[in-house]
Amino acid sequence: MEMNDIFRTPTLPGFSPTGKDGDVVLVSFVRLARNFRQLPFPGRAGFQQLQAVASMAASLQGDLENAFGESFDLIDMNAITPLEREVLAEKHLVSQSFLQNPQYRLVLVSQDRRISVMVNEDDHLRIQGQAPGLDLNTPLEAVSKVDDTVESRQDMAFDEDFGYLTACPTNLGTGLRASVLLHLPGLVYTRNMNNIINISPQLGLAVRGLYGDDREVVGNIFIMSNQLTLGFSEKEIIDNLKSAVTEIIAHERRARKAIELYRKDRLADDVWRAYGILRYARYLSQKEALELISKVRLGMDMHLIDEVDEKCYDGLLIGGRTSFLQNAAGSDNMSGAEVDKLRADMVRRILMAYRAEGRTGA
Amino acid sequence: MLCDDCGQNEAQVHIVQIGPDGRLEKNLCENCAKEYGGNIYAPQNEGVSLNDFLKGVFGGANAVRSQDPTACPNCGMRYQDFQATGKIGCAVCYTTFRSELEPLLRRIHGSSPHSGKIPRRTGGVMATKQKITILRRNLDKAVAQEEYEKAAQYRDKIRELEQLLAQGEGGAAGGNE
Ligand SMILES: [Zn+2]
Ligand SMILES: [Zn+2]
Repeated sequence: MEMNDIFRTPTLPGFSPTGKDGDVVLVSFVRLARNFRQLPFPGRAGFQQLQAVASMAASLQGDLENAFGESFDLIDMNAITPLEREVLAEKHLVSQSFLQNPQYRLVLVSQDRRISVMVNEDDHLRIQGQAPGLDLNTPLEAVSKVDDTVESRQDMAFDEDFGYLTACPTNLGTGLRASVLLHLPGLVYTRNMNNIINISPQLGLAVRGLYGDDREVVGNIFIMSNQLTLGFSEKEIIDNLKSAVTEIIAHERRARKAIELYRKDRLADDVWRAYGILRYARYLSQKEALELISKVRLGMDMHLIDEVDEKCYDGLLIGGRTSFLQNAAGSDNMSGAEVDKLRADMVRRILMAYRAEGRTGA
Repeated sequence: MLCDDCGQNEAQVHIVQIGPDGRLEKNLCENCAKEYGGNIYAPQNEGVSLNDFLKGVFGGANAVRSQDPTACPNCGMRYQDFQATGKIGCAVCYTTFRSELEPLLRRIHGSSPHSGKIPRRTGGVMATKQKITILRRNLDKAVAQEEYEKAAQYRDKIRELEQLLAQGEGGAAGGNE
């Protein structure tokens, strides 16, 4: 596969409608924070020390390829364009804060794009795995295997009481952050989201919107993750998240049922209108696109829209991101209207490509 | 790589600034680095805001580290640095500032010690100790539930592991390389 692909193909690796509970859970992530024993954490490391971490991490490429029987790309963040960096973040392969200082920052990405290792983020290594739907075990196994590979070569920063030592004390212990992306249009529509956001801290979990800002979440996608990392085993952390998410899935499905029961015709009208706009619009803002994509996704999950294959979804999400579009067009110097036009083109193209055979929505 | 400030000379020094806009890293040539160095070496003579703005010069400022007795001997972080940034400097900081950090960590995480994965390479002894702790818990439970046969098994296993520890063989993978 060409390296260019990672920046240009409109797909999100962990997103697949076939995942478990895929009508609500889009993707599951697990990441481990790890540091080598001797060197200062990246926030206090000088050039040579950052360089030392980078070369230690780069030398792991071959070990990882052996361990996984799959090739890993080694991407130097300083050698790619700012737009390409943004695309990596939009694809959930690196964090937004990783983009600030590209020097001596590397990322290792597996060929199937489901494993990525950020080098010199807040910690020396941030090892991330992802899998479609509600499946935290697969990414946990993957990141543990990466971790085993690393520690077979290097001494890790570890303390008997505090566990794995991390730059941010909130990651101490397991260094594990498990997250799931949830599509919750039913709970948003029935105004139940605030309850969930309010009750989550009591369960040791955090919830926030993926897109939008503090005032308004756009696109009904939420990210839920564990808060506590110390004093629990990896499995306990994951099971705790899993049971909360299972609960939320049930609530979301009930909310969708209720909407279907009381407003079925309206709902059908709403999701088909959204589909129509995405299918034919010539200009789409990012916000409008996200809102419409959410409706279309809901329509597909509730079997109201059968004109397009569910596989279009991750393409619509990433294909509608501004940096992705600008990078594909090869320019970061575009007006908002120009980007909106590109976005509409991309969305139309993807919906055409995934047009389902068989019945039409008549 | 060229200096971020003057864009003329080769960058030699890497600095980290904590300012109102968050964290910022710069690569500077020696000349430009001196501008910042002046403030770092004599912060008390400078205005408070500048002092707050420049929390540290790293990479080129080893001299600062050894002069400050409260700083971490490995990375030079002072506890105030942590309070300003929320980030710990290195693994040794956790030992250096243990007494300051412990109450904070209890507030974040509660008081239970680590009970997750242990690095095999460096953690042989710890792995054994952790196993013993878990077995003791199981033993207590078994006794409470009057499952004496099970309890005896746990007790034997604990003795076995304790003997291993006493012999200094914390685990097969215990850290020699
Ligand atoms: Zn300069
Ligand atoms: Zn330190």
